[in-house]
Amino acid sequence: MGVRAMSDTSPAGEGGEPATTGEDRPTEATGDGTAETTAGEAGESPGPSELVVEDLVKRFGGVTAVDGATFEVEEGSLTGLIGPNGAGKSTTFNCITGVHEPDGGSVTFRGEEITGLRTARIANRGLVRTFQIARELEEMTVLENLMLSPQGQVGETLSHAVLPGLRGRVRDQERDLREEVWETLELFEIDHLAGEHAGNLSGGQRKLLELARALMTDPDLLLLDEPFAGVNPTLEEKLLDRIHGLRESENLTFLLVEHDMDLIMDNCEHVIVMHQGSVLAEGPPEAIRNNERVIDAYLGDEL
Amino acid sequence: MSAADTLADRFDRFEDTPRWLLDVGLIAATMGSIYLLFTIFTFVGPAGGTFGTVVANLQTITFWTALYAMMVLALNLHWGYTGLFNIGVAGFMAIGVYAFAVLTVPPTGSPPGLGLPLWVGIIGGMLAAALVGAVTALPALRLRADYLAIVTVALSEIIRLTLLSTKFESFTLFANLDYEVRGVEILPDVALGTGAGRGMNIPVNPSIPVKSIFYTNPSNPAAGERTAVGEVVLGAFVNAGVRETVVVSLAYTLLLIGVVALFYWLLVRVGNSPFGRVLKAIREDELVANSLGKDTRMFKIKVFMLGCALMGLGGILWEAQRGFTDPTSTTFRPIQTFYIFVALIIGGAGSNTGSVLGGALFASLLFQGPLFVSRILSHLLNLGDTPSSFAAAIGPVFALEVGPLLAYAAGNIEELRFVLLGVVLVYLMQNRPQGLLGHRKEVAASVPLIDRDGNRPRDAAAADGGEGDE
Repeated sequence: MGVRAMSDTSPAGEGGEPATTGEDRPTEATGDGTAETTAGEAGESPGPSELVVEDLVKRFGGVTAVDGATFEVEEGSLTGLIGPNGAGKSTTFNCITGVHEPDGGSVTFRGEEITGLRTARIANRGLVRTFQIARELEEMTVLENLMLSPQGQVGETLSHAVLPGLRGRVRDQERDLREEVWETLELFEIDHLAGEHAGNLSGGQRKLLELARALMTDPDLLLLDEPFAGVNPTLEEKLLDRIHGLRESENLTFLLVEHDMDLIMDNCEHVIVMHQGSVLAEGPPEAIRNNERVIDAYLGDEL
Repeated sequence: MSAADTLADRFDRFEDTPRWLLDVGLIAATMGSIYLLFTIFTFVGPAGGTFGTVVANLQTITFWTALYAMMVLALNLHWGYTGLFNIGVAGFMAIGVYAFAVLTVPPTGSPPGLGLPLWVGIIGGMLAAALVGAVTALPALRLRADYLAIVTVALSEIIRLTLLSTKFESFTLFANLDYEVRGVEILPDVALGTGAGRGMNIPVNPSIPVKSIFYTNPSNPAAGERTAVGEVVLGAFVNAGVRETVVVSLAYTLLLIGVVALFYWLLVRVGNSPFGRVLKAIREDELVANSLGKDTRMFKIKVFMLGCALMGLGGILWEAQRGFTDPTSTTFRPIQTFYIFVALIIGGAGSNTGSVLGGALFASLLFQGPLFVSRILSHLLNLGDTPSSFAAAIGPVFALEVGPLLAYAAGNIEELRFVLLGVVLVYLMQNRPQGLLGHRKEVAASVPLIDRDGNRPRDAAAADGGEGDE
């Protein structure tokens, strides 16, 4: 997957040292199990925390949507965030990604505090999210949607876009990006829609496009807000394979909001349950499944 | 299926033709049809059809087309591409014109200016418009789109009324600052002014270089002589029955067409780039653009300043070339912004070719067309004098005499034009809200992203070779 190649032109600070970027990243972890490999890469048995959320508070008028939520997401993990409607999951996402400024608490991403940073800056650092209701750039084609994603494109400065001498570099980079975009489209099997306006896509196709677009930013942590709602089962299976594949090959971390319990239980190694704005319980799926409080608040008896 | 849809289908047959050639062809075909129509108008009109009258009328049409095309292109960058609802276009034009005037008017003028060369004035006018744009935009762009609309429309009125204020009619900068270093005043008094309601003479203006092609004394052709070029060109045209002033205006119109081409080139380049892609994303959904790591505020400020600079330049070429300006000029009234928006909506927001087409159709059919039609009607039907009131016009209708009503309509055509504009807008909003070319896929990228069969472009070099861009 060549999605990473863009990051060496990224302006986000790590400029001089290409060691963390591009093809240099270890990608040998394909054969054996997942958890051991990722932990091995990190060098410690419990992986370091990619994302730390502490005492997060967000109020809207008289409603406290998030009320002291505290949790951690381990590097390379697939963590599920579940809870009944109105539990504060999406608001938590919004606070983490800078869409809302939290009223209290802190968010730390890869050891650096990102609380209150602007959404774009947070995304530049590699924390990218998708939306519960797919938000497509409707009057842009599928290709344009994906071409938008890569970080640090030289052609995003006005001078490079316009001046004849500089535009050659833009075109070279765009040719490379075009290849990556088409690879991604083929991977998600929406290459037949490449030239369509995104507004003409079906609900499920939009979800796919949104996920593909988020991946094209070359993130380290992806927050997925109900990515499988409206996606057919075969495709869902494929996306999950893809997600697991990315965890192995690129050590990507996922935080997943989802209402499909079977999916969460089968795929996540860690589950966080939110209820009324705070974390009700967290732990491995089996423990959550048998947790009395979680059953009362959310799962019900049928599980 | 509307006419424009069938038109679009027809274009699919030309899919092997490069896009830019199609666009040039489309604009040429439109202008050709408009020219044909106005040639017919000239022949049936009161002045009759001679080479001289045809050239004069087509010159007028082209002049207005070029002016509107220029402004619509600039607005398209704001509204069509980025979705910035700037309804203060006239204000930014005024800033450009007045900054230009203050910089170029000689210190001996009334009101006095700085007496700088023409090109300094043009650059200064564009910079001033861009800076005022930035100051306006900085607070408003952080808020929702509607606030920008409110701020810009208010600003354009503030600018117009400020220019009318006698406080700035003429004033002296640094009058109270008399610091001397070794006997030399370091901040010498500078007399400036806007002339307020009296207006401003602009002796150094964009029409001067054009006139200097023909005359040795471009500021006052009558006082000097014709140059060698002037002798040949003016002589030939005058012999063919074209008035001398028409020829000079025609030359200026050619300059305007050049500027339109420059705007077009610039905006296509801005649009077909990663920068333009972010602009489109801002228009579609700013939160998504942010979530993908694009600092949309910087993009919005940059694009707002660029668009305002172009509007300032447009204003200079539009208004300052007359050699005189005052704040009551229709160029600076809010209705001007409305005209430019109507033209953009006709052509299709988001499309540069559509912007030029919209400018052409608006300027010829909606702006100048009714005036021509009214003159022709008065002439052909021998309508006589315009009745003094609506009652006097409508009364005879009951006696089955429509002459006075027609005469009344012809006499008040400038007001009726607004009704026509309204009807056209309502029709467009209901039947083709995206304008003539608005829904066309103008892909924002510097290289083709997809080949003609909808597949991945395999041979990158070959696919790009045909574009002929660099």
